[in-house]
This record gives sequence, structure tokens and C-alpha cells, in this order.
Amino acid sequence: MIAHTATRDEDLVLSRRARPSGSLTERLAEDLDGAFEDVVVEHQHALFAFVAGLGGDAGLAEEAVQDAFVRAHRALAGYPPERVRELHLRPWLFRIALNALRNRLRGRRVQLVLVDRPPEGADPAAGPEAEAMRQADRARLGEALACLPQEQRAAVLLRHAHDLGYARIAEVLDRPVGTVKSDVHRGLTALRRRMGVEVEA
Amino acid sequence: MVETGLREMGRVHAPETLLPAVLRELGLGLWYAAVESPLGPVFVAHGPAGVVAVHRGEDAAGFEALVRRRFGRDVHRAERLPDRLAAAVDAGLSGDGRRVRVDLGGLTGFQRDVLEATRTIPRGEVRTYGWVAREIGRPGAVRAVGTALGHNPIPLVIPCHRVVQGDWRLGQYSGGGPDAKRRVLAAEGVDSDELEGLARAGVRFWGSDTTRVFCVPFCRHARRSTAAHRVTFGSEGQARAAGYRPCKVCRPAAAA
Repeated sequence: MIAHTATRDEDLVLSRRARPSGSLTERLAEDLDGAFEDVVVEHQHALFAFVAGLGGDAGLAEEAVQDAFVRAHRALAGYPPERVRELHLRPWLFRIALNALRNRLRGRRVQLVLVDRPPEGADPAAGPEAEAMRQADRARLGEALACLPQEQRAAVLLRHAHDLGYARIAEVLDRPVGTVKSDVHRGLTALRRRMGVEVEA
Repeated sequence: MVETGLREMGRVHAPETLLPAVLRELGLGLWYAAVESPLGPVFVAHGPAGVVAVHRGEDAAGFEALVRRRFGRDVHRAERLPDRLAAAVDAGLSGDGRRVRVDLGGLTGFQRDVLEATRTIPRGEVRTYGWVAREIGRPGAVRAVGTALGHNPIPLVIPCHRVVQGDWRLGQYSGGGPDAKRRVLAAEGVDSDELEGLARAGVRFWGSDTTRVFCVPFCRHARRSTAAHRVTFGSEGQARAAGYRPCKVCRPAAAA
């Protein structure tokens, strides 16, 4: 296939393995090693954003997420296929990432620094001034978040940064749904207060 | 404003180093490195199950795009191949691909059979498309064998250059045309001019009048007999009629 022409490449595509269809968990149950890269591709950003939002520097967040994927792979390898098929992958991975971060933090005095990384989709057309504003706001929000108790911080992020439902958040944090709801509410209220937003009594 | 800020925090992207680091740690994913070969620089891509592609050239972006189209996933660049694989690939690129683990997943059974049969042709020897077809039990599929070899994803390591036309003319080579085929064969000690001389003279087999065995030209057994004892045949029937039996090593009767 050295230096063949474009048409022959196309022929080849048809004859070669295409990415198999079916849900990601379905494919994981059938071929863990073949499908796992797609798990990383699909969930790496959310896990990183979550862990970075919880605190710690970018390096720590990257290490923790890396640990999380390695653990997830090991866990999946030991699960029976039925269990893999029924997994709610995203909350399951969030939970592993949370534990991985806690392990990394154990015995370490952590400074909570917001990861200074513009989110994807930041609008460069908005101009440098608007961008600087946003950056300052992000930093303030990060500081405010860092002042919340850890459980509240995680709950708020899962609800408002990652759009998880309360039942799923309860799975991730292994706490009752009612507790999670009140954590999100209290956390959000505290954030608004710190950010100087009017809070209704 | 708080909710908007939080939503933005959820959109932060992981660094690009994360994915390759995870894959490397788990021994997963597709990787590639640039390696020297008799045809100049080539890219060699491999996955957990072995080498998946060898491709000539220096256009890394083009190679990455090619692999992405074929496998539906990204291939990650490495500085070099893993040590054990590198040694086997080096040997493979210079003619001895037996120790290279290859991953032919995703190919049809027929394509695999063709490539596996081609892997058995020793360095410095040649066979015909018809020979491969007969070896895999599909004697009528000569043209399909040619097509399968034309799409050989792992040239050099799987020596499709050692498969030539039924009359010993070189035939096509997807690795850069007849000139490239000539060069690769020359590097292995096969003289293409001599091969094509046989084609012009209508010689299909070599025999030895001492052993009364007939072989494909360049079979290491045929080469052992001295020129004085070499006889030539234009067909299998002619050799058999003269009382010669086919060599058990190169199985020339499949070379029709």
C-alpha cells in the first residue's frame, strides 16, 4: 500500500475495519481494548474539567484523570459483560475520577488554584477587553468555588458545569438525592453571594 | 452569571498529552514512527496486536489521515518503535519479516490467506500470483490474489514484492511501480534482469539433471546445482514428461 493512489485508499477504506456501530458500552462489553480509546476520547475533557474545577493545578488534574482512566480500564476488565452494558459511563467515570483525585491529594497540602485555561469555545471575536473581563470573572468564580466545602463544590459542578441530573450526582457522590439537592442549592447560593450577585432571601 | 461561569468551567479541555499518556500506560492505541527501509523512509504503525501498516514517504499528516480513515481512530506519533518491535521491523524491512507480529484484523479471510501465504516466501526468492492462489486452495483466484497484494497494508514486511507474474515478468508493485520492485528485489539478491530474461526465453522452471527435481527459478535448492547441471522447462508438463518431480520446498507445481 506504499504510495498508492487516492482511489485505492478509498477502496481500502471499504475493505478495512470501520469503527463498529453500537453504543460505547455495548462495544466495551465486546472488545474492551478496541473500544477503550473511544471512552478516553469521549470523556477526557469532562473528567479533566471536573477534576480541575474541584481544585488543584492542571498537572495534578491531568495526573488524576490519567489514574482514573487506568483504574476504569482495570475495573472494566473484571466486570462481566452484562454489567459493562448497563453502566452509566459518565457518572461512573466521574466517581472514579473523584476518588483518583482524593488519592492524589492524600497526605498533600493542597493549594486550590483554579486551572487557568480558557474553556473551549471562548469567543476571540469578543475582543481582548471582553476576554480579560471573562478571565477575571473566571478567576473570581474559581476562588469562590474553592471556598465551598468539597461535597458542595462537587455537587455544584456536576449539576451546573456537567449538566448531570440529581439522581446521577447522587450516584457519583454516593450520597442521598435529597442531600445532593440541598448541597447544590446551598453551594450555588454561596457562590452568588461571593460573586456579589443579589440573592433573594 | 454564576451559572454561565460554571457552564464554561465544564467546557475546559484536557491537555493533548492526556490521551497518549493513558494509551501508553495501558498498552493500547495505534502508534507510529518513521523508520529507514531499502525504499527510503517509511512510516510503521502498530497497535497492541502488532504492525498494522507500513507506508512509504515523509508526509506524516497524510499518513495519519490514511490510518484515521482506515481504523476510524487517531494514530499517535512516537519518537521510535518499542525496542523489541523495532528490531523485528528492521529485519522485516530488509527482508526477513518472520519475527514481526502483524495485525491483519479487519481484512477479509481471503486477503489474510493471501498475505499469510506471501509471508512464507523466503528472502531472495520469488513466486507467482498463481502460486499464491494454489497455495491458499483457490487456484482460480489469480487476479484476486493480485488485487489483494496490491492492497497489502504492510509491504516489505509482508513481501508482496516477491510475487511476480506467471511468466516471471515482474508485474505491478503498489510500492512505487516496477522500479521500486526491482530495487527491493535487488537488495535481496534477486536479479530482475535475469528473471525477465527467463520470461523472454519462455523458461518457467529450473531442474537439476543430477537430482531430477524441478524448482521455481531462484529457489535456494535450484541455485545450489551448478549451471552445468541446470536444465530448463517451459511448463510443468514438460518437466514431468522428462521424469522430473517437483521440489518439495518451493512447490513449483503450484506456480503454473
